[in-house]
Amino acid sequence: MEGLTGLSIIFIALCYGAFALFLAVFLAKVYGYAVTPSPLKIPTTPAPTTALGVAGRMAGEVLFFTSLFKGNKWTWLGGYLFHLALAAVLLRHLRYFLDPVPLPVAFMTYPGLEPGVWAGVVMVAALGYLFVRRLWVDRVKYISIFADYFVLALIGLIGLTGILMKFFIRTDVEAVKEFTLGLATLHPANIPAEPMFIIHLLLVLALMVYFPFSKLMHLGGIFFSPTRTQVDDCRETRHVNPWAKN
Amino acid sequence: MAKLNFEVEELTGEIKIPAINPGATAHVKPNPSKDEHNTALGFPGGLVENWEAKAVEKMGELLGKYKSLRVFMDSCVRCGSCTDKCHYFIGTGDPNNMPVARQELMRKVYRRNFNPGGKLLGALAGAEDMSQSVMDQWNSYFHQCSQCRRCSVYCPYGIDTAEVSMAAREIMNSVGIGQKYCNEILGKVTTVGNNLGLQKAALANTLEFLEEDVEEETGHAVKFPLDVKGADVLLIAPSADFFSSPHIEGLTGYAKVFHEAGVSWTISSYASEFANFGMFIGSFDTMQTVAKRIRDAAIELGVKRIIVGECGHAWRVAYSFWHTLIGPWDFLDPKYQTPTHIAEFTLDLIQRGGLKLDKSANDERVVTFHDSCNVARASRMGDMPGGQFEIPRAVIRAVCNNFVEMDENTIREFTYCCGGGGGLLTDELMEIRVKGVSPRAQALHEVMERKGVNTMAAICAICKAQFTKVLPEYGFDMEVVASLHQLVSDAIILGGKPGV
Ligand code: SF4
Ligand code: SF4
Repeated sequence: MEGLTGLSIIFIALCYGAFALFLAVFLAKVYGYAVTPSPLKIPTTPAPTTALGVAGRMAGEVLFFTSLFKGNKWTWLGGYLFHLALAAVLLRHLRYFLDPVPLPVAFMTYPGLEPGVWAGVVMVAALGYLFVRRLWVDRVKYISIFADYFVLALIGLIGLTGILMKFFIRTDVEAVKEFTLGLATLHPANIPAEPMFIIHLLLVLALMVYFPFSKLMHLGGIFFSPTRTQVDDCRETRHVNPWAKN
Repeated sequence: MAKLNFEVEELTGEIKIPAINPGATAHVKPNPSKDEHNTALGFPGGLVENWEAKAVEKMGELLGKYKSLRVFMDSCVRCGSCTDKCHYFIGTGDPNNMPVARQELMRKVYRRNFNPGGKLLGALAGAEDMSQSVMDQWNSYFHQCSQCRRCSVYCPYGIDTAEVSMAAREIMNSVGIGQKYCNEILGKVTTVGNNLGLQKAALANTLEFLEEDVEEETGHAVKFPLDVKGADVLLIAPSADFFSSPHIEGLTGYAKVFHEAGVSWTISSYASEFANFGMFIGSFDTMQTVAKRIRDAAIELGVKRIIVGECGHAWRVAYSFWHTLIGPWDFLDPKYQTPTHIAEFTLDLIQRGGLKLDKSANDERVVTFHDSCNVARASRMGDMPGGQFEIPRAVIRAVCNNFVEMDENTIREFTYCCGGGGGLLTDELMEIRVKGVSPRAQALHEVMERKGVNTMAAICAICKAQFTKVLPEYGFDMEVVASLHQLVSDAIILGGKPGV
């Protein structure tokens, strides 16, 4: 703890605390999904008849949002762009936690191209689109609750503060990396006292804490949805309900 | 026809997504069950004391018993993909008939009681306590879901509102709020053996009458055997097949197919019902009790295999659940798939040259096919995924010269429910039934206009009963509805190739 400022100590505690809470609750929830029994076979058919087939179906859902694509092309477009951009942005941010920086991560900051940065811009734009859509389509407006706008705004603000730091209010990237790498290697270092970075970080921490208590749990849920993960082999294999009385 | 006190959509051949109209069908509710209907199924007779807390407690129990419910309560992002997919929303415009909104009726109580955010922030987090007004919404809108699973096809997380409706109904039953139609019928099937309460003597009479009828018409002694010990095949048909039209023409078709195949078969008076409304009320135990009669009858009669008739939700229960509920099948001949759908049996026979058919017998018909929701999205036929679409179509093509499809967004996995499934086939829900059939009615109208269709074949007792009742409200002739095996029946040349 030698040489750490008071501000740094507070933020280091917040970072570890938020991350620990996120991880603990997220894992507890996923554990709950995993161990809760499926009394009956309920795949939405036509469904694959083999485990390999189910892996393919799931890959389609997770990587391409196939069911959403069937449902609504415009929502798919907005949602898909957002998630793709988010993935690129997260990949880019790994450079703050890894040393040396692996190639795919380095590519996201390729000088002159900066795919990771542009992904950030796309991400914020997609979020804006999804936000407007919630107000625009009467059906979607009806079902939207405060939490839906809140989370779009929260992630949008995280993106915006990130973009601001990149283009307008430059941050000392070296100092940031020293701080984040310190967190990752459990050798905490001082936090750069730059307001925009601190706001960015606070928003991220808020998101982390909010995440496992919210609909963002779809990240875990998608892998446990019986209508998609079950193999259609009802006649061939007897599925047993562990809590059946008879 | 009783006069309707609501408007019926005009037929244009187009399925239009309506603007939302809050509360449009809030008044549509099922009749409450009598106390004895509930207690017979092991549910409390009337509303229990402290029911709000008990309902929440039951929800907690179900969250621990059903992975589906647990994952579905957390995962919905309210993306809206499902919002325009439910036939009840399309027909009514009531936003609570959007699948996600229907789920939210439960999810808001879930958040209040099982999510720290909801406990802490209440309404701000979209959370609400269980209350009389919430229960009123549940009773209306969880009985305006036919558990057809169309919404689940389009959901990025496979969220199936049918599962939520089933859970809601189980919770309602557990605090003494039962639905008369389902619970009364379940009482009959668990005591008499079929949904109609048809006693053995009456059933025997009907079958005898049918034998005479067919013999008179065809000159062939096609049998409709009842309780024949040692028969090879036990046929489990929906009880509607014993008395209403066009169901009974379907039953005649099965009998002719068996006759031509030369198999010995029997109906059981003890298990004279294929339908299993235990699924509609979400009760595993009730569903198992109902299904158990079939296992017992099969053992008692000593049959080698079980073949089932035309019914959608019942085929789901049979295909997807029977193995769990009443398996293993160690008392049947392992050579056969259990259960076998009559369409699988018939097509196999046709393909092996075991039926002599005269397609031209159906030449005055231009046929289209209505995929039943539960067959389409909750079961399979044959060995390949999608066999549930191809096998009935292959049967139709083998017995009819004129077959055309309805709009591709209304068939196969995208099929629209008939509007009467899920335990809604009762008069007090007529408004929702008539409005709920609208997408199917429009798609049918379109092919009637453009392609001269005059027959819509179905493979579900509920579809047939619902269509013949509600399609006339739109101006259709009820004769457009046909059983799949009615078409088979009309094309079979009896005595053609017996014994193959
Ligand atoms: S499609 Fe699924 S995630 Fe989207 S609103 Fe409907 S239930 Fe929720
Ligand atoms: S299961 Fe069918 S009836 Fe129920 S909400 Fe979904 S689409 Fe509507």
